Amino acid sequence: MPPLKMNAVAWGLLVVAGLAAPFLVYPVFAMKILCLALFACAFNLLLGYTGLLSFGHAAFLGTAGYVTGHTVKVLGFQPEIGILAGTATAAALGYVIGSLAIRRSGIYFAMITLALAQMVYFMSLQMPFTGGEDGLQGVPRGKLFGMIDLLHPLYMYYFVFAIFLPGFWVIYRTIHSPFGQVLKAIRENEPRAISLGYDVEKYKLTAFVLSAALSGLAGATKTLVFQLASLTDVHWHMSGEVVLMTLLGGMGTVFGPIVGAIVVVSLQNYGANIGEWVIVITGTIFVICVLAFRRGIVGELAILFKR
Amino acid sequence: MGSEYLLETHSLSKEFRGFVAVNDVSLRVKRGSIHALIGPNGAGKTTVFNLITKFLPPTSGKIFFDGIDITREKPAQTARRGVIRSFQISAVFPHLTVLENVRIGLQRSLGTSFHFWKSEKTLDVLNDRAMELLEAVDLASFAFVTTVELPYGRKRALEIATTLAMDPELMLLDEPTQGMGHEDVGRIVELIRKVSANRTVLMVEHNLSVVATLSDTITVMQRGSILAEGPYIEVSKNPQVLEAYVGTADE
Ligand SMILES: Nc1ncnc2c1ncn2[C@@H]1O[C@H](COP(=O)(O)OP(=O)(O)OP(=O)(O)O)[C@@H](O)[C@H]1O
Ligand SMILES: [Mg+2]
Repeated sequence: MPPLKMNAVAWGLLVVAGLAAPFLVYPVFAMKILCLALFACAFNLLLGYTGLLSFGHAAFLGTAGYVTGHTVKVLGFQPEIGILAGTATAAALGYVIGSLAIRRSGIYFAMITLALAQMVYFMSLQMPFTGGEDGLQGVPRGKLFGMIDLLHPLYMYYFVFAIFLPGFWVIYRTIHSPFGQVLKAIRENEPRAISLGYDVEKYKLTAFVLSAALSGLAGATKTLVFQLASLTDVHWHMSGEVVLMTLLGGMGTVFGPIVGAIVVVSLQNYGANIGEWVIVITGTIFVICVLAFRRGIVGELAILFKR
Repeated sequence: MGSEYLLETHSLSKEFRGFVAVNDVSLRVKRGSIHALIGPNGAGKTTVFNLITKFLPPTSGKIFFDGIDITREKPAQTARRGVIRSFQISAVFPHLTVLENVRIGLQRSLGTSFHFWKSEKTLDVLNDRAMELLEAVDLASFAFVTTVELPYGRKRALEIATTLAMDPELMLLDEPTQGMGHEDVGRIVELIRKVSANRTVLMVEHNLSVVATLSDTITVMQRGSILAEGPYIEVSKNPQVLEAYVGTADE
């Protein structure tokens, strides 16, 4: 199959599966997948298409969650305003962290993002408005545009899907845009991109802010889904999980992170009753993947179909 | 238009932690000429390129392009003035197609390189020009091949096509024929001759027959300093140059 056709099929599958999901699995489970899939896709824009490994992306997911929770619960705004506020904050934070980190590359970049994300974590732990260890609980889902009651699981689900799809489309479009071409050039050969007159730092920063904003969108939505903003989402575990999901599904593939998110969230959910073992199983799968299927699930499938 | 010299360096030096890689190099490259920079391994040729293209800051000295002091500029800024370099190791974008590689060079002129909301189809207006450039280096039939799959010599040709896409005033080529078979060398020599028609070329080259056929002026470097300068016939008779080459058993 030519790649274009393959993409069309994947989009079709995605929309159909997305529409049918709440009738096949628990809506909350499906919503969790959508939020984390969006998060992983946003992360993949950096890792897979710009060649930047951020190890602090939980900062954007979590911060947006707190801001959204606060805006909705304490300030009493409607959910859509809460999500906008969370996303905007994540974008601003992305600008700050990105500006500090992009001057370095490789492992130093990863370390700076990790260090800054840890600062965000400790601030979240200490600051009163985050609720510390308890987090912000009982965040009301509220009424969308003051009309649609989001406590209804199906309404909430389709609201989340209506956020996910355009979010994902923005990433898809970015990858396949003039800007995306430059990002790929930077990923492939940064000195060459510079020697062709591209200010690579500006391109990297723009990509970083986009990625942070979309990660924030995912985190903001997640907070409304679970009616909770907590330390879990700013913890470095979450930064690691998004790396896992992306590598598992296939970094640098458009749909890979979605598949990775489905696998990881399913393992966590259905593996919950076997307790600690789930960590071992996830770890094992990860090791197998890294060793045997370097391109990730979607990456390997794409190669199979090309033959 | 400007002076006789398109590029001038004044007493350019570069130290790496006390080791002087480039020592007091004053280079003058004539507008419209092909100027070769030769010398044994480790003479500092690539470092001079890195200084001129701003990939490294000089320890001391100045660089003038078209009479303008560019010593403090950023590399991308200097590139946009029309100083485009190639690299000693082939510099392509391996997982983009051959056509896309050239388009990266053309794309900035559209002014949409930050437009993440536009479709990449908007870049198709550049395809004709890109194909022309590929045609010029004999790569048109490879346009839709992923670049990693090209043989080495073709990659070097693609690199030149991408450099040409920038319509550079000054092309800096770092060992364009390195690691190539005989046929490929001939093709690249023809190509350089063709593209140098209306621009200036400064190139590092180890293959002395290539240097002899192409260059108007030669600068010989040794241990960071300029040893000799002039046309090939003169320089090749210079006893110091002969000694430098024989002495290091290079080539
Ligand atoms: N970034 C660097 N840090 C430290 N030393 C360097 C650096 N770059 C180059 N050098 C040293 O400077 C000297 C000149 O290197 P350069 O690469 O400029 O030589 P060259 O003339 O291009 O050689 P070749 O013909 O092998 O390409 C070498 O001794 C090299 O080891
Ligand atoms: Mg060199």
